[in-house]
Amino acid sequence: MSGLVRTFLLVFIVAFGLMYAVAALNSSEGYSGGNTLTIYNWGDYIDPELIKQFEKESGIKVIYQTFDSNEAMMTKIKQGGTTFDVAVPSEYAISKMKEDDLLLKIDHGKLPNLKHIDPDFMNLSFDPDNAYSVPYFWGTVGIIYNPKMVGDLTFDSWEDLWDESLRNNIFLLDGAREVMGMGLNSLGYSLNDTIQEHLQEALAKLSELTPNVKAIVGDEIKMLIANEEAAAGLVWSGDASEIMDQNEDLDYVVPQEGSNLWFDNMVIPKTASNLEGAHAFINFMLDPEVAAQNTEYVGYSTPNKEALALLPEDISGDERFYPDKELTDRLEVYDNLGPRMLSHYNELFLEFKMHRK
Amino acid sequence: MEKAGLVVMEARARNFYLVPYLLWIVLFVVAPILLIVYYSFFNVEGEFTLSNYEKFFTPVYLRMTLSSFWYAFLITFFSLLVAYPTAYLLTRTKHKGLWLLLIILPSWINLLLKAYAFIGLFGTYGFVNAVLELTGIGTKQLLFTDFSFVFVSVYIFIPFMVLPIFNALEKMNPTLVYAARDLGASAWTTFRRVIFPLTLDGVKAGCMAVFIPALSLFMITRLIAGNRVITLGTAIEQHFLVTQDWGMGATIAVFLIIAMALLMLLTGNRKRGLIDIAKK
Amino acid sequence: MRKNSWKPSNLYLIVVFAILYAPIFYLMFYSFNSGGSMREFEGFTWEFYGEVFQDTRLLIIVLNTFIIALLSSAISTIIGVFGAIAIHYIRSNRPKGTLLTLNNVLIVSPDVIIGASFLILFTIAGIQLGFVSVLLSHIAFSIPIVVIMVLPKLQEMSGTLLDAARDLGASSWEVLTRVILPYIKPGIFAGFFMALTYSLDDFAVTFFVTGNGFSTLSVEIYSRARQGVSLSINALSTLIFLFTILLVIGYYFINRRSSRPAGREERA
Repeated sequence: MSGLVRTFLLVFIVAFGLMYAVAALNSSEGYSGGNTLTIYNWGDYIDPELIKQFEKESGIKVIYQTFDSNEAMMTKIKQGGTTFDVAVPSEYAISKMKEDDLLLKIDHGKLPNLKHIDPDFMNLSFDPDNAYSVPYFWGTVGIIYNPKMVGDLTFDSWEDLWDESLRNNIFLLDGAREVMGMGLNSLGYSLNDTIQEHLQEALAKLSELTPNVKAIVGDEIKMLIANEEAAAGLVWSGDASEIMDQNEDLDYVVPQEGSNLWFDNMVIPKTASNLEGAHAFINFMLDPEVAAQNTEYVGYSTPNKEALALLPEDISGDERFYPDKELTDRLEVYDNLGPRMLSHYNELFLEFKMHRK
Repeated sequence: MEKAGLVVMEARARNFYLVPYLLWIVLFVVAPILLIVYYSFFNVEGEFTLSNYEKFFTPVYLRMTLSSFWYAFLITFFSLLVAYPTAYLLTRTKHKGLWLLLIILPSWINLLLKAYAFIGLFGTYGFVNAVLELTGIGTKQLLFTDFSFVFVSVYIFIPFMVLPIFNALEKMNPTLVYAARDLGASAWTTFRRVIFPLTLDGVKAGCMAVFIPALSLFMITRLIAGNRVITLGTAIEQHFLVTQDWGMGATIAVFLIIAMALLMLLTGNRKRGLIDIAKK
Repeated sequence: MRKNSWKPSNLYLIVVFAILYAPIFYLMFYSFNSGGSMREFEGFTWEFYGEVFQDTRLLIIVLNTFIIALLSSAISTIIGVFGAIAIHYIRSNRPKGTLLTLNNVLIVSPDVIIGASFLILFTIAGIQLGFVSVLLSHIAFSIPIVVIMVLPKLQEMSGTLLDAARDLGASSWEVLTRVILPYIKPGIFAGFFMALTYSLDDFAVTFFVTGNGFSTLSVEIYSRARQGVSLSINALSTLIFLFTILLVIGYYFINRRSSRPAGREERA
């Protein structure tokens, strides 16, 4: 008995000792003071040096938390038990969050740096007049491939993925909208199509792709393709640029039939407790030099035209990541299809996954 | 008289012990089950409906259920196959307590990290393929196959199978084994007629501890099996985290809970009966 | 003796242990890779170990992980032991069976369900997401494991032992502290260790119920994995692994020397 009591007392003492250590560490880092700002962003989607720089300039301590999907982020913000001051959702999530009344209006008067953003990226359909959101990064969905492993396929067309030489040799991103969108685009339909026959046609078309698909994976797709586990993959442009940093043999292309154009924007969730700080942070991130540094770190495409001008030619002139007007006109932004249609997309995608084998 | 007093006292003591535990059951077991059942009656748009249950009985979900059970069975079978001799041999070692702890220890290292390590080990240019190449067997696709999925799952569940079997073997009276051997039984007969039946409870407990979590594996279905295997757990995770169709996710969960209850009834009843007999 | 103890069957154990530890050694090996990834080993470096100690946020997360693990397993062990004793005292079959079934629900429920339903629960209860919600969840899913580990020990205990104690005039409290608890001590420790294992291992439940900058190691690793796991995580895991292995071996030998419940070995 005394042994038991002693052991458990020891456990509690150690635990409280550790809590004391955490408190000490927190206060030495300045987290415990009142002036903090909680940022909710995708993992590794900002240069950590910039956070330090912002902390030094503003005197605000940043708490950085990450999410791995728009949906996980929305669930948390909806739940309400959190105090996120700035979040970075994608465009369809923004329109959904607007509908659900989860966002606060952004005060443009507090964002003098907003003028640096390319007007092409302002006032888009998902957020007229940018009342709730400010552009952070943008990109496309396309195919990354290893020219050594694919013969003379160029992937100018989605059809190339269906080529028989690629048996068991492609990876797909685990996303219903992306994969269904690819099926629809390859048939010449819009990736926001809601016509039942078209969707079924797309599913049938995707089923034919099955023998070529080695795996449907998440973020590990970057590591797998860089390691040459497969010849080609369906990826986001930002991931593609990261993969190409690791393995220079690879190339990225957006097929001619069209694809997805996406935007990640900064927003202020309803749960925000430090509005001043949130605006200060957003304005800081819009500063051309800061945005340029961030772009070099993250590798996605920046909507900040002044920042783009500061970047070296091999980044800003790269047509794969800053495509010309002719291509972008063929790209589509995901519409908010409404929960019922979205869940139908998901059911079809699940059916596609179950088809394999 | 004294006996009655004792019973009252015991009852009072029992109630005292029971309070925090019952509180926990009500708050964290009963309430969540009720919530899950409640949610299963709503569709994505928040309307009351039975359509989730209808959807569950479509071929897509039925096939998923079937394949989940099949893989869970395979995983349990191979776990048992590996774990039983391990547990048996462990009981014969000198520092068996220590070795047992060392079996559990790998599960303290983050699963995601271990999964990444397996991706590295099983990859086309990974360690295992390099060995296969050296031994003349040649490179094989290991990643994203049924083999790698079952292998890694068994890897994860081994400690949960070893532990109960180890305990059952420890509890067994070794003189019974000696007696059987003295009576001329072969090693195999001794195992089949004496050891295995006596450790059956441990085996059952281990199978339960593996089978049901195996039904609802996720994450490694994507990382190791590349979504070639889709279990009920993967579907639940998708519905809760990605598609936000909580109703459908909850419906699958309801079926999992029912399956679990059925399994416990099937395997548990006889055991409980045994305890009662022993008490009388 | 030495020669005698070596049997070919030991080869089987060696293989099992080799496979169990292979991925861990793989992680440890690459934590020294100056190449920066788990691909080709380029050269030896301590760099990532330095990174671990400079990353205060990571250290805070590690400490938080241990705080949650220790507190939740200790508290759940206390509640679970009393729960097990209570269940054991119940004579009639029906409520006992019901309690046991309810007890097992959380063990066999998929983590995702547990996480999601706890999230809903905390929302309804208006509890802020963070340390408290994570701690409560970990306590909640650890309790049934403790009960499962303790119950068999209680069942093993003969009723005559208790009767004897009572006949000698022991009060309920004395029976509990002098007879029952010492007897079931191995079960209690087993329960505590399993609770620790579940808590350290948990990702899905914590992922759902955490918020406001509070994070545990598994959640942090998951969100960092977007970029491919950084080798500083490998370095950290190596350190934690070595630390725990020392702790386990130390604990085992201290425990072995100091207490060996008399009479337990003979019973078997």
